Amino acid sequence: MDVAYNPFSLEGKTILVTGASSGIGKATAIECSRMGAKVVITGRNEERLNETFNSLEGDGHIQILADLSNEDDIQHLVNEIPVLNGCVNNAGYNIMSVIQFIKKDNLDHIMNVNLTAPIMLTHLLVKSKKIAKDSSIVFTSSISARGRNSVGNSMYSATKGGLSSFMKNAALELAAKRIRCNAVLPGMVETPLKEGKSNITEEQWEINRQLYPLKRFGKPEEIAYGIIYLLSDASAWVTGTELVIDGGMTR
Amino acid sequence: MKSLDEFVELFAEQFDETDASEITATTVFHDLEEWSSLIGLSVIAMVDEEFDVALKGDDVKNSVTVEDLYNNVKSKL
Ligand SMILES: NC(=O)c1ccc[n+]([C@@H]2O[C@H](COP(=O)([O-])OP(=O)(O)OC[C@H]3O[C@@H](n4cnc5c(N)ncnc54)[C@H](OP(=O)(O)O)[C@@H]3O)[C@@H](O)[C@H]2O)c1
Repeated sequence: MDVAYNPFSLEGKTILVTGASSGIGKATAIECSRMGAKVVITGRNEERLNETFNSLEGDGHIQILADLSNEDDIQHLVNEIPVLNGCVNNAGYNIMSVIQFIKKDNLDHIMNVNLTAPIMLTHLLVKSKKIAKDSSIVFTSSISARGRNSVGNSMYSATKGGLSSFMKNAALELAAKRIRCNAVLPGMVETPLKEGKSNITEEQWEINRQLYPLKRFGKPEEIAYGIIYLLSDASAWVTGTELVIDGGMTR
Repeated sequence: MKSLDEFVELFAEQFDETDASEITATTVFHDLEEWSSLIGLSVIAMVDEEFDVALKGDDVKNSVTVEDLYNNVKSKL
């Protein structure tokens, strides 16, 4: 047996991870570094981004602060990064509102961060040739893009539905450049994102956990492993796919 | 600060099937047939818009009557 045999290795790849200062993005950045990648991590919170940076294995990693709701920050990020072999468009957040209380400002902001930013980042990477041939772009969508709806979640679902649709079209277009595009669709994962939903009680969370066939929410690493598959050459013939990782919720 | 009566009226507006006359300051709202998590979220959003107070799910859960919830909102102003 060859102990070094690993079709999921990220050795020799440079990978950008957005939203790396917390949750799924943090786990993804750390796991990518453990699989041999050089990672470029980005987020808004300097202290937490630095915490991720210090948890990365190996060296040659880069951290860059950017607020992705701001176009100039996205451009700055693209200017600063080296040529990539992989990009994980993961930054995003959730704001709950029932439809009659939707505020335009909130809608604009969540659209900017969850949908416009990944589209513009993809655009700029391709335009400035900062993404190499045979590379892989992964989007963190959500099972809410697949009709797993819940009350108060309409704006968020709209951003993720848009993101999944964009991914599929990008997969078609960028195939000509041999750039693959795929998405992971997590069910509920135990991350600080949950705390943004403070209108949900712990009791309701527990009821929700029990609705999952595997009787729990996911762990950030469990999403990171799916992202790693899509970044690695193991998925070289996979593009335009939505990988659902949800404990059986939407089976 | 809006009065208790005004709060009761705004609270009752979040219901579609329940007549406003069925909802008073002393109503045990969790017992109303139409009460649901959707109405709970609507009440939280109404309080955010009208009072600029961010209620948590637990605030709603732990309030028994409409007046209890009003007092909770008042305490956060
Ligand atoms: N947790 C879940 O249950 C779940 C389920 C399905 C999909 N998802 C998706 O998974 C992704 C990661 O979520 P998570 O659960 O890991 O959430 P999280 O722990 O709250 O982390 C969110 C990350 O996004 C970054 N971010 C948010 N707004 C940003 C902005 N304007 N500019 C730059 N970065 C920004 C945050 O950076 P700073 O903190 O530094 O600002 C943070 O690193 C999101 O797209 C989310 O929609 C999550």
